[in-house]
Amino acid sequence: MASLKALKIRINSVKSTQKITKAMKMVAAAKLRRAQEAAMAGRPYAERIESVVASLAARAGGEGASPLLAGTGKDQVHMLVVVTSERGLAGAFNTNIVRAARRKAEELEAAGKTVRFYTVGRKGRVIKRFYPTGVVADHDLSTMKVARFDEAKAIADDLLARYAAGEFDVAHLFYAKFQSALVQIPTTQQIIPVSVPTRDPKLAPTLSNDGDAAVEYEPSEEQILADLLPRNVAVQVFRALLENAASEQGSRMNAMDNATRNAGDMINRLSIQYNRTRQAAITTELVEIISGAEAL
Amino acid sequence: MALHFELVTPERLVRSDEVYMVTVPGTEGDFAVLEGHAPLMATIRDGNVLVQKTAGAAPETIAIRGGLAEVNARGLTVLAEHAD
Repeated sequence: MASLKALKIRINSVKSTQKITKAMKMVAAAKLRRAQEAAMAGRPYAERIESVVASLAARAGGEGASPLLAGTGKDQVHMLVVVTSERGLAGAFNTNIVRAARRKAEELEAAGKTVRFYTVGRKGRVIKRFYPTGVVADHDLSTMKVARFDEAKAIADDLLARYAAGEFDVAHLFYAKFQSALVQIPTTQQIIPVSVPTRDPKLAPTLSNDGDAAVEYEPSEEQILADLLPRNVAVQVFRALLENAASEQGSRMNAMDNATRNAGDMINRLSIQYNRTRQAAITTELVEIISGAEAL
Repeated sequence: MALHFELVTPERLVRSDEVYMVTVPGTEGDFAVLEGHAPLMATIRDGNVLVQKTAGAAPETIAIRGGLAEVNARGLTVLAEHAD
């Protein structure tokens, strides 16, 4: 049986772990609120640009459309953009995203496609272990405290340059969609070529929903679309960053809550063991004294 | 008798207001939008959006970078990449 002293040390160590996990949980909760607000604030722009792209693409699509819309005509090289966080201790958050990406990669490889990776955030670099040659670029987020559009734009510009250079034909974006503090859904989204969402008429009336009213374009529709499509890629990446930031904090809050509770349980169990051991020691001592006195 | 004006950036909804007139720096030249403007979609260049709350009021200047302006029945929406 463990000695009293060893038990005491153990209890104290679990207690200090609990303090840390508790603090991390509170910090995550505070950050979650901010990240959630940022994600909300980013929604109007993303929704509007999406609806404009959808309405323009429906009209300007077809022959001679931009490669961002129509694709390269091939479907051979797939770029998987995996957005993860810079820090761990967030439960299964990063693991889930990476797993989704790996599953997709295996699927694509089984279909005879070539897979490339573009990792964003430190935790996505584990992919190098499975695909040592597949990772073509890594974007460091360590200087980013809150998701900024400039950051997303840098990533998008890099991607677009690689696309223009013919490095890949299709790009998919992997991130965790924030649903609630408890639920984050690993999500895959095709960003290049743009997948035009089929318009749901039940959706709230969005911009440019005036039917085919004579809308004037300045410059031409095609030029607006050409200007808009690269921007749309940046917006999608930005949205992934925002959703990820909120998901990360939600996931961490959850994980740290569990850890705190587990530490509490452990302290209870150790305390009981400590008390029993202490009492056993006292009893033994008493028996020794009494039997010693009787022997006299 | 007012124009509904919205200025949106990826980071937030900067402005949502009833105003009198907005001057937008379009790629092919500035244009002003009053209430009841015909539907229009235009790209914008880096520059200043001038917002006049009421007729004859001193315009308020908002610097924006890159984006798109759209006028429809509901009003004017400027989607800018960056706004101060």
